[in-house]
Parts: sequence; C-alpha cells; structure tokens
Amino acid sequence: MGIRIEKHEEENFKKLDQVIEKYKEEEGMLIRILQKAQDIFGYLPMKVQSYISERLDIPISTVNGIVTFYSLFYQEPQGKYTISVCTGTACYVKGAHEVLDAIKDELQIKEGETTMDKLFTLKTTRCIGACGLAPVITINDDVYGRLTPADIPSILYKYIKTHKKAHVPEKEEVKN
Amino acid sequence: MENIPEKEENKIYENEEKVTITIDGRDYEVPKGLTVLEAARMVNIEIPSLCYLKDINEIGTCRVCVVEVEGSRTLQPSCVYPVREGLRVRTNTERVRRARRTAVSLLLSNHHRECTTCVANLNCELQNVAADLGIRNIPFTGEKVDYGVHNNNPAIQRDYNKCINCRRCMAICNKIQECYVYSPINRGFDTLIAPAFQKDLSEVSCIMCGQCVLACPTGSLAEKEHINEVLEAISDPNKHVIAQTAPSIQVTIGEPFGMPVGSFVAGKLVAALKRIGFDKVFATDVTADLTIMEESEELLHRLFHEPDKLPLLSSCCPGWVKYAEHFFPEFLPNLSSTKSPHEMCGALSKTWYAQKYGIDPDKIVNVAIMPCTAKKYEVARPEMESDGYRNVDYVLTTRELTRMIRETGLDFPNLPEEEYDEPFDQYSGAGMIFGATGGLFEAVLRTVHEKITGDKMEVPDYTDEHVQSGLKYGRVTIGDKTLNIAIAHGTGNAKRALDRMKRGEWKIHFMEVMACPGGCVGGGGQPILGSRDHKFISLSYRHNRADALFNVEKGKKIRRSHENPRVRQIYEEFLGHPASEKANKYLHTSYIPRGRHPYLVDEKHYKGYNEKD
Repeated sequence: MGIRIEKHEEENFKKLDQVIEKYKEEEGMLIRILQKAQDIFGYLPMKVQSYISERLDIPISTVNGIVTFYSLFYQEPQGKYTISVCTGTACYVKGAHEVLDAIKDELQIKEGETTMDKLFTLKTTRCIGACGLAPVITINDDVYGRLTPADIPSILYKYIKTHKKAHVPEKEEVKN
Repeated sequence: MENIPEKEENKIYENEEKVTITIDGRDYEVPKGLTVLEAARMVNIEIPSLCYLKDINEIGTCRVCVVEVEGSRTLQPSCVYPVREGLRVRTNTERVRRARRTAVSLLLSNHHRECTTCVANLNCELQNVAADLGIRNIPFTGEKVDYGVHNNNPAIQRDYNKCINCRRCMAICNKIQECYVYSPINRGFDTLIAPAFQKDLSEVSCIMCGQCVLACPTGSLAEKEHINEVLEAISDPNKHVIAQTAPSIQVTIGEPFGMPVGSFVAGKLVAALKRIGFDKVFATDVTADLTIMEESEELLHRLFHEPDKLPLLSSCCPGWVKYAEHFFPEFLPNLSSTKSPHEMCGALSKTWYAQKYGIDPDKIVNVAIMPCTAKKYEVARPEMESDGYRNVDYVLTTRELTRMIRETGLDFPNLPEEEYDEPFDQYSGAGMIFGATGGLFEAVLRTVHEKITGDKMEVPDYTDEHVQSGLKYGRVTIGDKTLNIAIAHGTGNAKRALDRMKRGEWKIHFMEVMACPGGCVGGGGQPILGSRDHKFISLSYRHNRADALFNVEKGKKIRRSHENPRVRQIYEEFLGHPASEKANKYLHTSYIPRGRHPYLVDEKHYKGYNEKD
C-alpha cells in the first residue's frame, strides 16, 4: 500500500483497521472513521489520514479538506487537558479576555498551542451555553464559572498535581 | 472506431426542443437545458463571470454573473440557473451592476494587487472583470494575509495571495485529470485551495500537467519561469545555445500575437528564435520521428516475441508517465521505455551533433520550447542524463517564449519565414501530428504497417482518431494481424481505460495517452486565451489547433517516420538500428513507482535544478 507502519504503531493501526472494516461498506462514513481514528491516535497525523484515504479510496486532498474544515479534528498532538475559554458574548463582556490572558501568562503558550510537557492545550470557543456562569472555561469535561484572573493558577495547579501524583493516570482521577 | 464520449452535456446545444426566454426585453429562442449564462452568450449578450468554467466548474460561488429573474426576490447566479419557457431575465439593471461591483470589490479587497509585476498582467480575468465593471475605488479593507508563494518544484508555482478561491484548478484536476491534487483547506476566511496538508505540488501526487494553470483566472497559478537563465546562457559567448520546438508550438505561438487560433507559423517561430539569439533552432519533430521508430520497434518486438508485456502504453507524455507512476504502478512495465522526443533531441545534441560538428558538449545548452509544464519537471528527473550531461537544460513554455518575443520587440505576425537548422531540420508528417491526440497512434501505425506487411499504408487511413472525444477504442487490421488499440487524452480518460483493462473488459495491444485534453495542442504550457474570449475557457477550441496540424501534415511529402532522411542519417551515423545498444543507452529511460503519498517519502530531483534560480 506504500505506507510504512513502524513497529510501535502497529497496535493502533490494527484498531483503526477494525474501525474501517466496520464502516467502509457504508457511504458517508468518513467523518465517523476520522472521529474514531482520533480517539485511537489522540490526533490525526499525516500518516493516519493517508492510511484512511488509501483504505477508503478517497483522495487524500478530500480527507485533509474535511480534517481542516472541522475544528473537532486535530492535526497536532493535543495536551492531556484541553482548556476551552468561552468567548461568547456574555463571557466576552464579563472579562473572558482577561481570563484568557491569565492562562496564557501562566502556561506561556498562545491560543491553539500545547504546552511543552503536553499537559495543556489552550483554545477559545464560542458560547457553550453557560452564560449564567460567565466568564466560563472548561477543562476537558469540567466547567469552571464566574472566574477572575486570580482564580486561574489554583485551578491549573490542581491538574498539574493530579498528573504528577499518578504516573500512569487513570481516567477516573482526571475528573477531580 | 468506437468513440466513448466524455459527457452527454455537449448535446444540449443540438437539443431540438427550444424554449423562449426574454433577456433585457427581447425574446430569444434557445435550446432547452442551457443555463441563463450560456443562453445569453449564445445570443451575444455578455454576462461577466469568474468562477465559471464551462462543463467543468459550474458552482455559482463568485456571484459575478448574477442577473435579475422576474418573480425571484433575490438576484440569481446565471451560470447555474436553467432556462425555462417564459423566463424573463434582466442583465443590466442598477441592482445587478451594484451587486457585481460589490462582489468584485470584495474579491479585490484582500487580493494582493501587484498587477504590474504579476505574471498574468494584461491576461487576467479578474483584472478584466474589474476593468469592465469600472471599479475605481474599493470601499472595503480586507485583511491581507501573506501565505507566500509555493514553488519548490521545477514546473508550477502557486501564489496563494492571488487566489480568489474560484476552485477552477480544483475542478479541472478532479474532473478532467482525476489527480485530486487540490481541495479547500481550512474554512471561512482562512480557506485555501491547496494540496493536502498545504504541501508543495512536488510532494503530492501532482502530475505537473499544468491544466490548473490554464484554468486559473488570475496569476495564482503559473509556470515556473526560466527565461532569465536562458537569456543569460544566450548572452554568454562561450555557450552554444540550441532551441528545439515542439510540433504543437508551430500552431499555437501565433495566438497571443492576435493571429487566429490554428495559424501554422513554423517559419516565423524559427525566425523569432534566431532573432532572440539562439545559435541553432532544431525541430523536435525530427526526434518525434525517432521516438516513433523506437516505439514501433518496441511494439513489434512485444507483439511477436513478448506478448505477455502487452499492452504497450505510449510514454512520450511526461504528465501521463508521472500519472502512471503515482496511480498505476502495476502498469509501469507496459510503458514504452522510449524517452520523449525533446529528451532524445537533447541527448543527441550533446553526443552525435556535438561530435559531428566538433562542439564541446560542455558548452551546449539545450533549451526546449514546449507546450508543457510537465516537461519542465521531466528535465529535472535525475535519470535524464547521457554521458554525464543533462539531456535538456531548460524547458520554456509557449507562454514564456511569448514573453521573450515581446521583450525582444519582435513583430511576430510580420516576421519572414526561416528554416530549421541542420541536422534537425527535415521531419515527416508523422512527427508533426505528435502534437495532437491520435497523432502518435497514427504515426506509429504508419511505420508498423510497413514493417509487418511490407506495403506502404495509405495515409491518412485512420481519420477516426482525430475526433476529440476523450477516449477511443478500436481495432485495426495490419496484414494478418488485428490490433486492439485505444487512444486517451486527459488522464481521467486514461484511468477509465486502465480500469477496464484491469477488470479484463478490454484486451489492448497499444494505447496512446496524452495527459492534456486534446493532446499537446491543449497542453498546460500553451497560451491562455480565457481573458481574450470566453469560449477559450471551455475545452472545445482545441479542435482548431489540432485541425491545423493535421491539415498541414496532409501537404507533407514525407509522411512516414522511417522515410525521414534525417532519421536514416542518425541511425546510419550514430545509433545503428532501432533498439540497438546505443539507442537503448541514449533514447530509452526507466520509471519508478511513486505511490499516492509521495510526501511520506522524500523525492529527489536533479540537484542543480533549484540551485540555478
């Protein structure tokens, strides 16, 4: 097939194969397969996109067009925790940008970037429907509301601590 | 010969069923099934358009062709609005004018307007539309993001800053060539029509055919220019600079100078090149004859000795060769190993010609004037080397030569006619028709026919193949042999043919493939006339160029490659006989499978190529 799979990737590609086998007969399943692939690999590197393109016989340009169109898909490895700062109207007027700046300061990264230790990825989102709590951020599935810039360090520290405690973190531990 | 039509749509014009529509208060009878835009153009009412490319890109995104339709609340894009009985359309109201101006102003607001230094200057559809609409100021200030120019390949450069997202490049690549190079990347204001991962064209499965360059309405896509390098070589007194011209250039180079499409101007072309300062001007047609000799020999050999290596697929089109390398590596053993004519001319000019005339091959610079951007890529392939010298040093497209002629200040239509230089001066009609689809097939047949039967085939005998439908399939009988042959132009058609062969539906002995629709006359390096007249942005005008080649060929005395005295001379003095050891060394090449994802592997070009700029 022309795509070389290294030894350490074999397991993940085997999982991907199962996903493709399951969906490939149905039409319009590319997005579903990409979603599942992202669950397996954590993001969608060039090789994975090419592999899917090859297996489904869909041109790579089309696959990549879809991956770049939806903000749901990542082409870069993401941090363990994704911080989403809501910049919807309510949060915006309640000072979302100061909160955002505080996070940038604390982590020394810009929007869309990931920290060197691959712990945090910072993003902004449109309204998440929690305007009563404005300004609001989410970290993975946790919601933090009515924030001021001063709240940020302690919130972030919580995650850093959890991460350090558990060398091999369990999923349960992530949720507080 | 069975013609497999590209599309049914062309039949619309012959539709017997008519409808009456009213455009700007006048009634017209037009065939049913047309769009308002096509109907209006048919009756000589000009509606401006940008993203529209007849039969290829009809998506109605640029909103420049909007018209008022009675009974419709909003303006409608005429390029996708079908005509119907009693339809009343207005094309020149204040509302329409304002909408068109707004659409174009918005496009211009974030366009990098460097018109005076742009490669498409004075031949740009965006420029023309803006001029026609009389846009004098742009009330909007768009954010101009600098995406830069991608030109890390020898053939085509992409300037994203001048892209207007019309998707014409994408449409022609997907629908006609079926290479699927481009797609919209990102979304909203960040949308780019780019190859996957925004890679350079050299890193994806692009065949460098240049059809996207022909389709581009602005200067966003262009050939990579090598004019300065060539001029430098010409002004160097130590260099012996040779120009060689492809057959199809002889019928197209007049067009940008206002001559009618299909003017045969070989003599003026030679005169122009000599005045620019080339030391020698050779006809690539001569080595096209050689290609035919070698390819016929290969066909005969495989027919009688190695039938398992059939079908034989032609190999003189570098775009098609690259297509096979990317998409059909299993067919590479079937590809003829003969080099393309201009590489043969290059190889011979630095060996046989250099020896014969006592010129140091080190000083020879071979410049090929080609209708093709893929040839620019081809000369950079590392294997295109003989005795340590690059076969061809530079390839200039027809468009680049046009610029050189303009810069030199020549009045092209009024130049006197001059002759090609020895020893690449005499060529057969067979070599000439190489430049149009079906020509190579006919040329090979003329030679093969005589070699099998011993009789001269009456020419022309196979006029069927001049028809421009994309894929042709048929049977020819030579003596007691019956050959199944196919002719494809446009790699999408080649794909269809190869798929049929793979499935076992077609058993073919010989197939001619040209990557560009119409063959070289429709090549990616040919003049872009889209901004001169709208009918030139459809694919149909290529007939005229091809017809011109076939018509001139009819008047030729020598019409079979093996009768060409120069070809005989080359074999007698240098190569021996077709497919000899020497011929194999200088006139044949090899191919490598490239896969669909070349960005995952590093491709290596001939190193010196990029260092020169």
